Amino acid sequence: MTTAGIDMGARNIKVVILKDNKILSKGIALSGFDQKASAEKAFNETLTKAGLSHDDIKRIVATGAGKDVAPYANSEISMMGADALGGAYLFPSARTVIDVGAEEGRAVKCDDKGKMIDFVINERCAAGAGTFVEAMSRALEVKLEEMGPLSLKAEKAVPMNAQCTIFAESEVVSLIHAKTPKADISKAIHDAIADRIASMTRRLGIQRDVILVGGVAKNVGFIESLKGALGVDLLVPDDPEFVGAIGAALAPAK
Amino acid sequence: MSKEFWRWPEYRRTVPGKDWKNAEVVTAGVDIGSVSSKAVIMTDGELYAYSIMRTGSSSPDSAQKAMDRALEETGMKLDDIKYTVGTGYGRVNVPFANRAITEIACHARGANYIWGPKVRTVLDMGGQDCKAIHCDERGKVTAFLMNDKCAAGTGRGMEVFADLLSVPIEEVGPMSLSVDKEPEPVSSTCVVFAKSEAVGLLRKGWPKNMVLAAYCSAMANRVSELLEKIKVEKEFVITGGIAKNIGVVKRLENIIGFKALPIQEKFDPMTAGSIGAALFAKALYERSAKST
Amino acid sequence: MIVHYGYKDGSGEYFISVDTDKCNGCGDCVEACPANVLEMTTMMIDLEDKLVAAVTEEHRNKIKYSCAPCKPEETPPCVSACKQAAITHTWKPQ
Repeated sequence: MTTAGIDMGARNIKVVILKDNKILSKGIALSGFDQKASAEKAFNETLTKAGLSHDDIKRIVATGAGKDVAPYANSEISMMGADALGGAYLFPSARTVIDVGAEEGRAVKCDDKGKMIDFVINERCAAGAGTFVEAMSRALEVKLEEMGPLSLKAEKAVPMNAQCTIFAESEVVSLIHAKTPKADISKAIHDAIADRIASMTRRLGIQRDVILVGGVAKNVGFIESLKGALGVDLLVPDDPEFVGAIGAALAPAK
Repeated sequence: MSKEFWRWPEYRRTVPGKDWKNAEVVTAGVDIGSVSSKAVIMTDGELYAYSIMRTGSSSPDSAQKAMDRALEETGMKLDDIKYTVGTGYGRVNVPFANRAITEIACHARGANYIWGPKVRTVLDMGGQDCKAIHCDERGKVTAFLMNDKCAAGTGRGMEVFADLLSVPIEEVGPMSLSVDKEPEPVSSTCVVFAKSEAVGLLRKGWPKNMVLAAYCSAMANRVSELLEKIKVEKEFVITGGIAKNIGVVKRLENIIGFKALPIQEKFDPMTAGSIGAALFAKALYERSAKST
Repeated sequence: MIVHYGYKDGSGEYFISVDTDKCNGCGDCVEACPANVLEMTTMMIDLEDKLVAAVTEEHRNKIKYSCAPCKPEETPPCVSACKQAAITHTWKPQ
């Protein structure tokens, strides 16, 4: 059976096509100002990549913040449910799935079948999501993709006091003025967000294995900081931003 | 350099018709906030002069600068001041202060002085935090709540919006009231997300005054939530920089269902904390004079 | 004076409230808190200095995170430790 999952994220739209539980193709596009149009384009490109036509897809399941406007979808699943299914698909040993996206951080507890047991969300606050690192990279004048590697070169732990993204921007500027090395500042930024994600996850109780997914899971600096903050090792899949879409494609018929 | 729309003007003032040399006791209050620094000089417990300056990267320097500016044109020297109390976020870093007192106590005391003993609720909307204070007829704090977790509902959040829309910060309030119909408030509490929401609205063709109205109204909602915990009782007053933003004040009054006492001409609402500090300075000075 | 430390945001409200009139400065709550959120501090009340319990400056703006592990508890350790009943706690998730 062939199914598709569309994850309508705040920043990116991710599409995954599965056949008999094997991934056929993946596609990603910026959400932009017309999320629906972007999703249509991403979906059709992913179909072409798989060499399939729309009629070959048995079921199309939407998830993510914009799932209500997802095109073609005939079913939907919550983001937490998709995280659990997708996480357990990639790592059957996963019991805790931490998903850090552009505008939201979540932690989901699941069983060996990928069934969600419990979850916590940090929403409506940029400080606990990828937007935080993005805003800090602008304040630091370092490209977003260089933030992680730079963070690994840090020699000293510098504390950051501000919890709010807006206040943290000013704090980064004063750290630069105080001639703090950019690598140390970068680590401070990742430690700060990791600290918040770890506290949130602790409310669930941390059960191993813990896997980290979502767009921010591509940031090596964040991975290291989160390992430190949680005190456990983390499993990170190759394309962590697709886990929600994979979960959606695996969602059972409603 | 591009125009900085968020920049509010620094200034000083001396109350006319007073000679400090006739005063028995001169005291001062210095309130070092995260965004602005205020110095107030009082003669026998009456307002004499004050200054409002931007806080720089160093609290001691900012305190010195604010005090120097307040002293300007008065012929007074720092030594003429008998007792100084530091308050605000940088209160322990006022080098010439005799002691530090938390801004909560100072705001309540200052509001009691400015608006009189009927004041029961003080909402201080500062640069980097927002405080709701309940006090008794002596200006003593009975309950207090502070939001310093995030920029939502603070002056800094408003500065971000002034900059985003290229509207001078003093014009934000009046402009936000110039709409024909009140728009839905911006849905995000978080200033970062509210900013992207505003960009989306502008792209949709919303004029600036509508976007500002939507933000001022979201801010009023946010602050009213904070007030719920304290229970607003009459008389109600607003201090801090946002007190001067009529767009937020009017909308907040609509939500809570009654009006805040109007700004008193003689007093800048930003100086409430430093006035309270200068009054505490007088009380502490008199007590120490008695005991020696 | 009742001092409410905490926050209210999209996710709900959480406050630790200290009644400084009831607080006798014993410090039991400081010992009880697993996250070292509390400290004894001097506050000026009616021109007199009094030693009372308070949330540390460091934790004041991150109670959302620092107190997260105790949120599911009906009576967190700081509240049960206080013999004067000076500390109360509210947690209303949205």
